[in-house]
Parts: sequence; C-alpha cells; structure tokens
Amino acid sequence: MTSHATNPRAWLGLLLIAVALIALPFALSMAGTAWVRIANLALLYVLLALGLNIVVGFAGLLDLGYIAFYAVGAYVYALLASPHFGLHLPFWIILPIGALLAALCGVVLGTPTLKLRGDYLAIVTLGFGEIIRIVLNNLSQPINLTNGPQGLARIDAFQLGPVHFAKRDVIFGIEITGPMKYYWLLLLLLMATLVLVVRLQNSRIGRAWEAIREDEIAARAMGIHTTAIKLLAFAIGASIGGLAGGVFAAVQGFVSPESFVLVESVMVVAMVVLGGMGNIPGVVFGALLLALVPELLRYSVEPLQQWMFGRAVVAPEVLRMLIFGFALVLVMRWRPAGLIPTLIRTRMVAQPSSTK
Amino acid sequence: MNTLLQADGISKRFGGIQSLRQVSFHIQRGEIYGLIGPNGAGKTTLFNVLTGLYTPEAGAFVLSGRSLRGLAPHEIAAAGIARTFQNIRLFAGLSALENVMIGRHVRTQAGVLGAVFRTRATRQEEREIEAAAHAWLDYVGIAAQANARAGSLPYGDQRRLEIARALATEPSLLTLDEPAAGMNATETRTLATLIQRIRSDGYTVLLIEHDMSLVMRLCDRVLVLDQGERIAEGIPSDIQRDPRVIAAYLGGAE
Ligand SMILES: Nc1ncnc2c1ncn2[C@@H]1O[C@H](COP(=O)(O)OP(=O)(O)O)[C@@H](O)[C@H]1O
Ligand SMILES: [Mg+2]
Repeated sequence: MTSHATNPRAWLGLLLIAVALIALPFALSMAGTAWVRIANLALLYVLLALGLNIVVGFAGLLDLGYIAFYAVGAYVYALLASPHFGLHLPFWIILPIGALLAALCGVVLGTPTLKLRGDYLAIVTLGFGEIIRIVLNNLSQPINLTNGPQGLARIDAFQLGPVHFAKRDVIFGIEITGPMKYYWLLLLLLMATLVLVVRLQNSRIGRAWEAIREDEIAARAMGIHTTAIKLLAFAIGASIGGLAGGVFAAVQGFVSPESFVLVESVMVVAMVVLGGMGNIPGVVFGALLLALVPELLRYSVEPLQQWMFGRAVVAPEVLRMLIFGFALVLVMRWRPAGLIPTLIRTRMVAQPSSTK
Repeated sequence: MNTLLQADGISKRFGGIQSLRQVSFHIQRGEIYGLIGPNGAGKTTLFNVLTGLYTPEAGAFVLSGRSLRGLAPHEIAAAGIARTFQNIRLFAGLSALENVMIGRHVRTQAGVLGAVFRTRATRQEEREIEAAAHAWLDYVGIAAQANARAGSLPYGDQRRLEIARALATEPSLLTLDEPAAGMNATETRTLATLIQRIRSDGYTVLLIEHDMSLVMRLCDRVLVLDQGERIAEGIPSDIQRDPRVIAAYLGGAE
C-alpha cells in the first residue's frame, strides 16, 4: 500500500517529473503569458476535484453544491485583504480561516443531508450551493458585506516577506512573473493535498468512507459511526475547496458571485466522474483534461476555422460545450467507471502462519 | 450458568404487521443458540432489533449486564454484537482483505491527524489491522482470496467473508442470519465445521437457519418464532417433536 520507491530508477523518474513541473511556467510563458494563468486555473480545478473526490469518490455522497465552499474561501480572502473593509491581513492567516469556515459550512450542509442518498442528496446540495451564491449576491444590504453582484475588486496579491506575487522580479537575468509565483505556490499546495488525500484514503478513516459508499447499513453494523465519518468527509472536502477559493481570489484580484454558479459545481463533478471516481490519479487527470482541453480549443478552433472557411462559423464557446457533452456521453457509454477507474488495491504482506 | 444476552418482551410492528410480539429469551455464554421459524416469522426483524437497526416499541435487551436498548448500530457493534446479513452485504467493490480490515474499525483508533502525519502509532496500528485481517481470512478458509474483489467471490466464499468481517470486530455474540442459504451440501458441511470451531474458540453464536438438519446438529438450544411470537424453546430433539412447531411449519407456505 505504501510505495516503497527504493528503486533508484523510480527516484530518478520522480526527480525528472519534479524538475519538469517546476520548469513548466518558463516553457509556458514562451507560448504566451496567458498560458501560465491557464495553468494556474487548471491547478485550482485539480485542487477542487481532489477535495470533491473525498465526498463523491471516497464516501459516495453526490454533492452538486461543492463550488459554494470555493466561494466561501474566495470571499473570506476578498473581505480580509481588500479595500472593501480596509483590511489587509497576510494570506497565511486568511487561507486557514477560509478553509476552516468552509469546513464549518461543510458540516452545516452535511448535517441535514445525513439521511439522504443519491438523487435526494444531489438536489439538496445543489440547493445549498445556490443559496450561498444568492446570499453573496444579496448581502449588500442593509450593510454592505459582499458588495452584491458587482463583486469585490482590488484584492491584495499574496505577499511573503520580500516576495510580492503581483510584481515581476528579475533574478540572474531570468524573468519571474506574478503568475509564475502563484503557479509554484499552487504546485506546492497540490503536492500537500495529494499527500493528504492519498494518506487519508489508505487509512482507517478512508476505509470507513469507502465502507459507507459500498454499503451504509453494513458499515453501521461493523461499528462505523456513519454520521461522524460522513461529516468528516464533508468538512475535509470543503476545507480543500475553501483553501483553493482563497488562492483563486488572490490570483484573479476580483471575485463576484458569477464565478460560483451551478455549472462550476457540475464541472468539478464531471472532472471527478470522468477521471474515475475515488481514484486519485484519475481525478487529477480528469481535472486537467476538462480544464485544459477547452483552452486548447479556444486557441485552435478560431484559427482553424479562419484557415478553412475564411471566417469563424461556430463560436469556440459553443463548440467547447458540444465537444464536452459528447466526450462525457462517450466516456459514460464505454468507460462508466471513468477514464482511469479504481482498481482493487492489493496488498503484499507475509501471510500469517498462526491462526486466531 | 452464565447469561450473555437477556431479551425481555421485545415487540416491533410495521404498520399493520406485528413482526415481534413480546419475545423473550436468553443466550448463555459459549452456546450455539438457534432461531428458527417459517418465512416471515420475524427472525431477521429480531436480528435488526438486537443490532440497533430497528428500535423496538417495547422490550429490553441486556448484554453482559449492559442495557443496549436505544443504542445506535455502531454502539452495539462496539458493545460486542456482530452480525452477518441474510442477503449478503459485503463492501462489494473492495478487496476481501479490506472488508475484514473495516471490521477492525471499531477496535482501532487512528483519526485524521494520525492518518495524515502517519504517526508511529498509526503505522503500528495499520500493520496490526492488516495482520489481523489476514489471520481472519485464513481462519474462515479464504486466505488465498485476500486480494480478490469481494463482490466477485463465489457465493460460499462471500458468506465466509461476512463471517470473517464480523469476527474481526471481536464480538462477544456472533449473530448469523441464514449463513447456509444458497450453499450446496459440501459447502454447508464446511460451514457447520466452521461454526463449531468458532464456538469452541470461545464465541457465543446466535444462528438463524432454515436448514433443519444443520440446526439440529449444531444448536444447543433453539427458539422457535411464528408470526412474531415465541412458540417454543428447548433442546433440538424436543423442538423437533413439539406439536406447535410441527403445526407452524406444516401450516406455513413451505
Ligand atoms: N422494514 C420493514 N418494513 C415493513 N415490514 C417489515 C420490515 N421488516 C420486516 N417486515 C415484516 O416483518 C415480518 C417478519 O419479517 P422477517 O423478520 O424478515 O422474517 P424472517 O426473517 O423470519 O423470514 C414480515 O411480515 C415482513 O414483511
Ligand atoms: Mg429473514
């Protein structure tokens, strides 16, 4: 179950991947400054998908309102680090607050849904996601808390000692842009999250989640406190969403309720399902695929049409949704468990000689 | 002798159906106690009450001096009653080994922090869970299937896996709901040997079974339910001759 990567070739492989990932923004910025930002958004989606996977993939609870936790994290950061209230707290204080508040919201959402499953749970969570968005939209009166549909602007960039994430630096003649700094930070967060979810999955808690997913009644009869264990899934999943939301607010410098619409929740669910529910590499792959392919299309479809027809016949947005829907149908038809489905985890342990 | 479980006046109804009427009985430590009765007699309902899935309208049950009435299923599992299901309820998508590892949940501690930081205590506990799970698979005779998907095991092996998973919770009372259902004669024989071995290893067993010859062979005492009512209790040879029992079985649809 633990990967004993004592093999030097495995280490070399990991080292090469690490170097490639760290160097990636330099290559991307050669293709265009937008690409580092796109990579950052893709990483945020991977974080979201990994968080949602705890609820949907591990515990088997379909949550269609997950983006609400992203919103909570984003607004917490925006309110505590912008001119709106004149507060400018450092990010390393706000991010944990946002994650914690999101976790709390996860528990608040989870509690009334504990007895629900499947479709019913999906509908209630969908409603919850919409409530959060509508509240954000309307909390501009009587006191202006969220600034309503206009959203919050001029949000502080991260700053850590001398490193300012909105400024570009030149070190040894190499240009380091703001988005690159966010990229490395996100990469770090992603690695930490991966360690977190992998370790959770292979633990007593992770097995309890999977037991609930497989058969809740049997799980209870085996002594699993299903209420507590489900709330734990909601809370941990939500806190990852809240953390990602905080970074999102800083990366964009602007948040508004429009960023947290239902389609975003559906998109994250699609990433989890398409990649392979419960399978961590699958979920990462699904998130990258759904986050990046539309961007690739955006940059290729128009020029292609110009070249073929002399004008843009189909808007890239339309084509994106078309291809997206089609791909999803194909995957569900031929790979219903996702592109990288969960395999039975095998364990190598010396067979016990004694019997109990 | 030493009473393990004492149940008094347990009643449970579903709408117009009185599934259990004032059922009382006790189980002694170390015995195999049979529960029989025609289909729909209320046997599974009684199991569901004893394991906390159903709350009875009336009645009390006490395990080793501790009242379990009103406790949640996970609390009852912790108190020491483990069960199998009439319609097998394994964690079908997980490996056989993981099914049994989940049985260890209630006797282990590791929480989120322990899991995330892989503390020494957690790693030690994980090793113990895994070793115990292997040992239980071996005990019920399916060690070779440890890494197989539980849902794709042959039927008889699934039944054994459920028993291994229940034993992994370290119960003081093991309750088996028709473990031989759907088994062929050979499988039933090995199952009987297994149940006898479980008893001789110090466990107390409550057994619902349809296969009369199995009940007669295994059980020390038998309780007979019919339409939610206790109609007889005693040693198998007496039960077999009891006119009310014969009438209940002949009158039933089977
Ligand atoms: N959850 C339930 N809802 C409604 N009726 C039930 C439920 N569980 C059991 N019953 C009813 O209780 C009676 C006893 O069923 P059960 O305990 O399953 O019988 P047995 O296991 O002896 O065959 C049956 O009439 C059954 O329909
Ligand atoms: Mg039954």
